[in-house]
Amino acid sequence: MKRLSVLVFLAVGALYAATPTVIAIHNARVIPVSGPALARGTVILRNGLIEAVGADIAVPADAWVIEGDGLTVYPGLIDALSTFGIPEATPVTTGGGGRGGGGGQQAVTQTIAPPTTLPARGPEDRPATTSWLKAADLVKATDRRLDSARAEGFTTAVTFPPRGIFAGQGAVVDLAGETAGDMVVTDSAGQLVTFATAGGFGGGFPNSLMGVMSYIRQVYLDAEHYRDAKQFYAAHPRGMQRPEYDRALEGVLASPRVLLPATRRIDVDRLLRFAGELHLKALLYGLPEGYRSADLLKKADATVLVSLRWPEKARDGDPDELDNMRALEVRDRAASTPAILSKNGVKFALYSGGIDRRADLFRAVKKAIDAGLAPEDAVRAMTLTPAEIYGVQDRLGSIEKGKIANLVVTKGDLFQDRTEVKYVFVDGVKFEPVDEPPATARPGATEAASPTSEVPPSEVQHGVNQ
Amino acid sequence: MKPFLVTCAFAASVLAAPPIVIQNATVLTVTKGTFTGSILIRDGKIVEAGEKIMAPADAKVIDATGQFAMPGIIDCHSHIAADSINEGSVSVSSMVGIEDVLNPEDIAIYRALAGGVTTANILHGSANSIGGKCTVLKLRWGKDAHDMMFQGAMPGIKFALGENPKRAGNPTGQRIGAANVPPRYPATRMGVEDVIRQAFTDAKAYQQSWKEYNEKVAAGEQALAPRRDLKLEPLVEVLEGKRLVHSHCYRADEILMLLRVADDFGFKIRTLQHVLEGYKVAKEIAAHGAGASTFSDWWSYKVEAYDAIPFNAAIMTRKGVIVSLNSDSAELMRHLNDEAAKTMKYGGLDETEALSLITINPAKQLMLDKRVGSIEPGKDADITIFDKHPLSNFAKVEKVFIDGQLYFDRNNDLAERSAREIDKKKLTDKEKEQPRRTAPGAQRRPAA
Repeated sequence: MKRLSVLVFLAVGALYAATPTVIAIHNARVIPVSGPALARGTVILRNGLIEAVGADIAVPADAWVIEGDGLTVYPGLIDALSTFGIPEATPVTTGGGGRGGGGGQQAVTQTIAPPTTLPARGPEDRPATTSWLKAADLVKATDRRLDSARAEGFTTAVTFPPRGIFAGQGAVVDLAGETAGDMVVTDSAGQLVTFATAGGFGGGFPNSLMGVMSYIRQVYLDAEHYRDAKQFYAAHPRGMQRPEYDRALEGVLASPRVLLPATRRIDVDRLLRFAGELHLKALLYGLPEGYRSADLLKKADATVLVSLRWPEKARDGDPDELDNMRALEVRDRAASTPAILSKNGVKFALYSGGIDRRADLFRAVKKAIDAGLAPEDAVRAMTLTPAEIYGVQDRLGSIEKGKIANLVVTKGDLFQDRTEVKYVFVDGVKFEPVDEPPATARPGATEAASPTSEVPPSEVQHGVNQ
Repeated sequence: MKPFLVTCAFAASVLAAPPIVIQNATVLTVTKGTFTGSILIRDGKIVEAGEKIMAPADAKVIDATGQFAMPGIIDCHSHIAADSINEGSVSVSSMVGIEDVLNPEDIAIYRALAGGVTTANILHGSANSIGGKCTVLKLRWGKDAHDMMFQGAMPGIKFALGENPKRAGNPTGQRIGAANVPPRYPATRMGVEDVIRQAFTDAKAYQQSWKEYNEKVAAGEQALAPRRDLKLEPLVEVLEGKRLVHSHCYRADEILMLLRVADDFGFKIRTLQHVLEGYKVAKEIAAHGAGASTFSDWWSYKVEAYDAIPFNAAIMTRKGVIVSLNSDSAELMRHLNDEAAKTMKYGGLDETEALSLITINPAKQLMLDKRVGSIEPGKDADITIFDKHPLSNFAKVEKVFIDGQLYFDRNNDLAERSAREIDKKKLTDKEKEQPRRTAPGAQRRPAA
């Protein structure tokens, strides 16, 4: 094992050493996304940035040339809600979707074991909250999932600490680097909220969805008060007791937006109202029932992140169990969500939902395309749109001069069955993905494998033993 | 100005649905007697009800010959239509509210509608001494959560006494927590009283802190506003008479305890829920002005529910208490008319009194009797039509109107069933026909 990791380390090192700083992809089909496609174009990468793109670009003398015949160059894909880069993190789920959406009443997604032996007695104890955690501080260049993510065509992920009601602050990270610091594009992408509970009666506050909702509301009210109190104190420190430092509120205040999980149409309705009430800049994520929520989203001018993990019938369920009409409909129509949002002018990005094999990812996107999504809109929803949503469209998301040199080069159109991902460029560094699953099982593989299991077994036990 | 008004009137007349006349029904108004005649509905309101009414020419006529129209049934205690019911972690959970988790797609709503219910008080559960905030719904099936809420209804809050709140705290209780769950205060009835008293003591201090702040601001002083406390805000509303208290209770002693606590802090208990021993302290309940919302004959499911009698509703009624019958169950909710009928056998209530238990009385308890609960001009057109007298247990609901709109029609339901079955079969077959692909990431196959 040790020897293997040394080998891997050497291999990675060799890759970096071997990559030249100037690369020209010559006479390839280029899909810049920000503008019209070029049937034959050249892209020059220098020092990790796109130096030039166009039909008649001279190849610099110092460039390594990749002949682009039969190749297509796209901007690198961005996973708009991810845990890539954070080792041992399991994918974020919204719950419900995996079991066919709409059916159950379980909108709560995970159970968080209380961090201390004393259960939380109310919002003041800040249960299941790590809002101060920053993905930028947690990512590691050694996360094994970076390989499989790049093999899928991802060059960038908006990655979040995944656990808790206020899970922490996301970062936009490039999916390669010699150090973690190399990877971070922006350290402030937003606060991830999941509907986690403290677990069971006696497990502490909150243990119900309405408890979680009231907790989130109280935290935002507290954050507002905290900000006012600090300002007031700064103006009149004498004779006033100083406000108590609260890292939970600091974390919330430092987040430019909040991501809220929405599985069913009723969640969409509920959370749009909730975000409106608290004046939150919110992104809803999940959306297996997005196909029947477009009217609400359009009216609220909402932006959403749609999970590519389309709901399926539970494989280990009772074969004789009858699904209700809603569950059947959601499984039939969830993949039409992107097409319907597109038609209604609702801004959306697609995210992998933890899908970590290229074939599975492409098949999931293809399903949305087969359900009516224009292929170019699918590409946009995984490149420029997520960059816009997170405010990094000046750096990422399209093939334009001066942007970060993140590209995916394919043989064939993206998201088609037989398409090969030939090269992936991250910050101008070339990778030739090996399209195979990672050799060893990882923590989180169970979770990723089964969309129906919402609570990893280890955590269930932990919760019970508390 | 005048042309504007004319335009408005014109627009309204164009937009409004045509008036509806329910004809030749036996009309059980509950408050204005019973007659065979018609009801005129316009713009969601009852305009006229009588033996002979003038039906407008453009009215949509519904022939109800041989059928019985009564006010839509009101259930003062239900737990349907919500994604969660109990925030059982803490014994004062007034920060949570049903409104945050309404589920307008819960099929129990439609089934309750099919039982003639048009309005329901959706309560937090009974795990806590002071539970969460409640929401009154009109069962407008098909509408979203917001449009299902009874606009203008007073907000409420759930309290609970006795075994449920103390058992949730008792590590040997074994009902909802496991043995290794840390105990939660309170574990006794006296602890429940203490929890409620402490919460209102805190609420008074909180109320005072805002009062002082507002006085400072009024005096032109610079001041920092107190932190908003979502747990104490609803309790301040209770103290100020802006939120109704609906308290789960069983035993006479705990009922008297709660009334005393309320008197001490200067607020009112709006309804006592379940209140199976209410017959023992009916005079005291009436003196406090509390309503009682009970079961007809559901008891003995736990020790504190052993002293129940089927005469409870009738005895409390005779002692001057406003009494209603509630369901507390998605199933019982579908035949509250049967429950009402039982009070005629046990306690000798007359037909109108029995029907009042599920119509005008719960409306009064929820302070909605100006809007619903009887068939009178000016009230919301929430009307249930039965094929037989609703106090007969052979009666079936034919049609249900809320705000003059038809939300349930038995014939339509029956007629649509086969089409729905076909739709469902199509989807099931389609799914079976699909190649059984593995879910993304489910199986590790070598790539093609």
